[in-house]
Amino acid sequence: MESVEIEFTALPAHVRTARLVASAVARQCGVDEAVLDEVRLAVGEACSRAVELHAREAPDRPVMVIFADAPGRFTVAIRDRLPVASAQAVAASAAAATAGGDGRLSDQPGEPNLARSSAEEPDETEIRLAVLTGLVDDLEIEPLETGTEIRMSWPASGRLRTGARPLIPR
Amino acid sequence: MDLTLSTRTQGDRTIVEVGGEIDVYTAPKLRERLVDLVTAGNYHLIVDMEGVEFLDSTGLGVLVGGLKRVRAHDGSLRLVCTQERILKIFRITGLTKVFPIHSTVEEAVEAVD
Repeated sequence: MESVEIEFTALPAHVRTARLVASAVARQCGVDEAVLDEVRLAVGEACSRAVELHAREAPDRPVMVIFADAPGRFTVAIRDRLPVASAQAVAASAAAATAGGDGRLSDQPGEPNLARSSAEEPDETEIRLAVLTGLVDDLEIEPLETGTEIRMSWPASGRLRTGARPLIPR
Repeated sequence: MDLTLSTRTQGDRTIVEVGGEIDVYTAPKLRERLVDLVTAGNYHLIVDMEGVEFLDSTGLGVLVGGLKRVRAHDGSLRLVCTQERILKIFRITGLTKVFPIHSTVEEAVEAVD
């Protein structure tokens, strides 16, 4: 299995870089062009969520993203690294937010409930998980000892190394 | 691509033309613009998203926040968007039921609240 790993300081400016790398590696893996927007959005949402959690709990720790090719699949893992206590609370909240969810921000189909949030703007972490749940068919959220790993995958027709030329021509 | 914002008025409507990427990095700029407009007494907003290349849930949150602010003054917030990739995220979240979404700015301006 070939992979590309990036690690970035938990700042909003770097999320765009993660999205760009996601597009490039997905394309190399042979992910359908029509799905690239979905990959970019999903990776952006998961990275933004990690950045927001780090900003509150662990601003000095980097966010890690691993892109890899499994047979017939392009896989992405986004790993946040939080102090143990907050990681457990976050993982429990993520599990509750995605349980049985179809991505909609409402309890009744067709009737989004904006009143559910009393704040001026809804909780973005909750929206992010709702979007991920609605967007990605193959989504797993796993609590780690120090953080959460969000894993996603999409069908891919190639391999990361396909078409790669040796650095030194023979 | 960074976020670009330009604002103009047409009758009692204020049109905010947005271009580029709305994400966790750029969304605060849009939030600030919407808050400033409402604070200045503009309660009927039209956000033209035809130039938007990327929108994530931070952007959705900012738009929902803008809607709540104008509604507090019996105002309105309408969107102009025909791009399928942007519309998809509104559909996934069920927000197509919350925002009136129009195909052209003219249609949004003429819409009756």
